[in-house]
Amino acid sequence: MSGKPKLTYFNGRGCMESIRWLLAAAGVEFEEEFLETREQYQKLIKDGALLFDQVPLVEIDGMKMVQTRAILRYIAAKYNLYGKDLKERALIDMYVEGTADLMGMIIPFPFTPLKERNLALIIERATTRYFPVYEKVLKQHGQEFLVGNRFSWADVQLLEAILIVEEKEPTVLSKFPVLQAFKARISNIPTIKKFLQPGSQRKPPPDDQYVATVIEVFKKD
Amino acid sequence: MAGKPKLHYTKGRGKMESVRWLLAAAGVEFEEEFIEAKEDLEKLRKDGALLFQQVPMVEIDGMKMVQTRAILSYIAGKHNLYGQDLRERALIDMYVEGTTDLMGMIMALPLQPPEAKEKNFALIIERATTRYFPVYEKVLKDHGQQFLVGNQFSWADVQLLEAILMAEEFKPDILSPFPQLQAFKGRISNIPTIKKFLQPGSQRKPPADDKFIAQVKKIFNM
Repeated sequence: MSGKPKLTYFNGRGCMESIRWLLAAAGVEFEEEFLETREQYQKLIKDGALLFDQVPLVEIDGMKMVQTRAILRYIAAKYNLYGKDLKERALIDMYVEGTADLMGMIIPFPFTPLKERNLALIIERATTRYFPVYEKVLKQHGQEFLVGNRFSWADVQLLEAILIVEEKEPTVLSKFPVLQAFKARISNIPTIKKFLQPGSQRKPPPDDQYVATVIEVFKKD
Repeated sequence: MAGKPKLHYTKGRGKMESVRWLLAAAGVEFEEEFIEAKEDLEKLRKDGALLFQQVPMVEIDGMKMVQTRAILSYIAGKHNLYGQDLRERALIDMYVEGTTDLMGMIMALPLQPPEAKEKNFALIIERATTRYFPVYEKVLKDHGQQFLVGNQFSWADVQLLEAILMAEEFKPDILSPFPQLQAFKGRISNIPTIKKFLQPGSQRKPPADDKFIAQVKKIFNM
């Protein structure tokens, strides 16, 4: 037994990607088992490995953790990326819920029928509801990191969100100079820099094969 | 200044109801300011009171907190309803995310188009009785304790009771295959702070009716 956390999910981003980011940011090595067939998924259920019959699943410290937010919070707290007190935790929670909402608009994209996809709305939300908030937070306190003058989960997830939206609209940060500087700064943190390099466990944007696999695995009998 | 938390939301359950439950369970008195028209929401936005232009918003301890989960985590942490250590917190987080998912399905139903309603109604029953309730039934049965986590009353218990009552409004006999949950429901409902919240005249809100749904749609441009 390696002692490393083990992630069970599709070989793609989905709801697991934020977890990969956070573990990587914390410098924690992890293993992955990729879901490729319905039989695999049904076996996981039959073995009682999935509390609510859902993935992501992360085996960590003797627990079979499910529910993305539960997993992220555990990792954040364990690796000191969750602030130093309740109030800092509150700020971090608010900020990560914001970026999660933004990314949550993009994650279902490949599964949404073409004519229902609203990229314009995502860019509007990014540039009028979410990015201005983080721009202002950083500008007002002038510190390197979002909360408590210290690297935290909030910074990791903001960088992740910025990069995901930029994939859809490369100029999206053009009106946010402070976020541009933030992006560069956080990208240069050694653990993050390593994760951003080819060959890391970071997953590419979803392609047709990923979509087909997910649909097949979750297909009802 | 009262010092009491102040909740900003519409006069109905929605996403704020879990916050009301948790504050009540913790024995914390709170005030409410209701959004009754679009102008009320616009004013909050214009005043810069809503970090992401959204409600729920709770004024608490000098903060204007938004994002339901952030608010709930803060209250749970502050009032010792979040377990003793990281592992108990992990269990509580998993359990509340499960009940949140179930309640989310139930609350979304009235907002859906008629063709989807019947299918989703059946799906909710299926999920409650095959995905969610069996989990909590087993947790309680396996450890035989009064509460879900750490032999101590926590946020997970509050939210499970809330979900049970919501599911029962949906289908009154939904707990019939779950004797542990029936006993749990009886037990937790009798905790003094919870008992008080369950009585008429408390700040607990009724299920959404057509009039309320229409109002919500108007306020939020849905």
